[in-house]
Amino acid sequence: MTISRKELSWMYETMYKSRYYEDEMEKTYTEGKTPVFNIGSGTVPGEMHLSTGQEPAAIGISVHLRKDDIVASPHRPHHHAIAKGVDLKRMTAEIFGKKTGLSKGKGGHMHLFDPAVHFSCSGIVGAGLPQAAGAALAAKKKNKDSVAVAYIGEGAANTGSFHESLNLASLWNLPYIVVVENNSYGISVPKSASTSVASNDLRASAYGDNVKGYYVKDNDPIAMYHASKEAVERARKGEGPSIIEIETYRFLGHFQGDAEGYRPEGEVEELREKDPIPLFRDLLMKDHSFKEDELVSLEEKAKGEVDEAYAFARESDYPDLEEALDNVFI
Amino acid sequence: METEKKRSLTGNKAMSEAIRSEMERDENVFVLGEDIGEYGGIFGSTEGLIKQFGPERIMDTPISETGFIGAAIGAASEGMRPIAELMFVDFFGVTMDQIYNHMAKIPYMSGGNVKLPMVLMTAVGGGYNDAAQHSQTLYATFAHLPGMKVVAPTTPYDLKGMMISAIRDDNPVVFMFHKTLQGLGWMDQLDTSIGQVPEETYSVPLGKAKVIKEGTDVTIVGLQMTTHFGMHAVKELEENGINAELIDLRSIVPLDKETILRSVKKTGRLLIVDEDYKSFGISAEIAAIVAEEGLYDLEAPIKRLAIPDVPIPYSRPLEQYILPNAEKIVQAATELANE
Ligand SMILES: Cc1ncc(C[n+]2csc(CCOP(=O)(O)OP(=O)(O)O)c2C)c(N)n1
Ligand SMILES: [Mg+2]
Repeated sequence: MTISRKELSWMYETMYKSRYYEDEMEKTYTEGKTPVFNIGSGTVPGEMHLSTGQEPAAIGISVHLRKDDIVASPHRPHHHAIAKGVDLKRMTAEIFGKKTGLSKGKGGHMHLFDPAVHFSCSGIVGAGLPQAAGAALAAKKKNKDSVAVAYIGEGAANTGSFHESLNLASLWNLPYIVVVENNSYGISVPKSASTSVASNDLRASAYGDNVKGYYVKDNDPIAMYHASKEAVERARKGEGPSIIEIETYRFLGHFQGDAEGYRPEGEVEELREKDPIPLFRDLLMKDHSFKEDELVSLEEKAKGEVDEAYAFARESDYPDLEEALDNVFI
Repeated sequence: METEKKRSLTGNKAMSEAIRSEMERDENVFVLGEDIGEYGGIFGSTEGLIKQFGPERIMDTPISETGFIGAAIGAASEGMRPIAELMFVDFFGVTMDQIYNHMAKIPYMSGGNVKLPMVLMTAVGGGYNDAAQHSQTLYATFAHLPGMKVVAPTTPYDLKGMMISAIRDDNPVVFMFHKTLQGLGWMDQLDTSIGQVPEETYSVPLGKAKVIKEGTDVTIVGLQMTTHFGMHAVKELEENGINAELIDLRSIVPLDKETILRSVKKTGRLLIVDEDYKSFGISAEIAAIVAEEGLYDLEAPIKRLAIPDVPIPYSRPLEQYILPNAEKIVQAATELANE
């Protein structure tokens, strides 16, 4: 099973875009804050969970997704949103709290909604799981072959929602895929202290013969591509739900400002050495005959789009105050 | 000696000190919740405790609120005195069945034969742009449901004293602490979030409000951040020639209505300030009590400042627009005093 050149170049460009986006956000987040991480101030206030290092999880599956496929994302949503094609300008404006944002500034970074590409997220751990299963049910009822993907962290696999949604999805044979991003931590709690099994794909067998588990190690975008391809095809054909666990890396704190006292010394440096983006870049050149200038031009394109989105967000106005009172009901 | 008496602590340190002293006194007390071990609680409520008591008594849990809050109930029914931390009150939804249908009702349904001496501590409040799912206070949501004591201390002194009372209470107590009053380095630094706390063990009774400042012209009732804003507002009102009385509620259930009624009898004017949603909440309850039991003491209609029945918006100007603050209190109290 080979990956087309077009797919590879989309994957690289999108991973790069996502990373550049998060790097910009990391800088922007400390702007105008005293003390440096004062959460309720600055250009971008509030909590900020960045996905730096976790790009392969989103890119490896999104390459198989269509606009009408559904994505439910958790509190760390930027890479998923970017890979799903959420309007980058309006997403950034939302994170800046501006009137041009996806939700006119009322949602914020953990509550991005772009119905045009069937994207939603929630700051409540595990909440997206049954909703994605329900969206998959809607697709099935409407005789569409779209699929629903719920991304969660490994910590979220220990919620009741995980169990309930997978049992439902198996019973109803839904086109439902759970992507578990195992970044080893739920805030400060290591996976070994939160999870009774070695990896969550093993839990698939508990839900029935139609549920399949996949494990992707080493934060590998190509392996993620292959596992996801099979899971998405199975879902589209009505063969049942899947759980894909990917071993991924959280380069930064749980949120910006996290002192990370719980992390062993040197861990991040070690992970950074296995940064999936330069590794993927090398692979493209070595095994897939990509040329340096080709990659540079993908990078420039990605940066341009991100820069434009940030500029748009900065230039936009804050919403009118009365906006706060609108949309409680439609 | 003198310096020891004057020792100041932040809200979070006052809380963890209370838990520490009760854990030293009673081996049945233990804590469970997310990130309460090495991390010390996201809002610092268990800071340093893992070092002293280890993971057997300071138990980090998976993200399984139904699981560990239900487990706290079970452990309490067998004679332990657990303190479960629900990281943000907003997460109550995933575990409300355990909280409301069980923690709150088992003592009653058992005819008083099953005791649940447990504390559910949880962080409340907004104002720092954490948006709709992480900024609520939900005081009234819990207070509405019979069977739980619900407290919301403001100052470090009360956080310590009331936590000690909560742990010793034989009833389930929902102990709400306000994130911004914890005195954490990554939030706004407020004068109210640091204060004198005696080193020795003491308790502050649950169910008693506190008159922070006596006055004769208008009664202002607040709790947590609205008390904090009230403290600043009464100073400004004083400068404008209005002598306001400020009451810090501290407990929601039981509610100290005597202190409120006594104050209204004196001032004839009442302003209730709440960081919770306006409708069906604390401000409505207090207004109803005063209408029922103190109507003839009123010289002007009651005023309320609270969140205007919308989820908390993310954008900074929008959130500031819907939250109470000192300026809004000054304005409302001035209008009330002039009525
Ligand atoms: C129901 C609920 N409980 C707790 C939290 C607080 N919380 C937010 S993120 C998080 C850790 C999530 O860990 P994981 O699922 O592994 O995702 P990661 O942050 O590692 O991407 C926790 C405990 C929450 N938002 N919702
Ligand atoms: Mg994780």
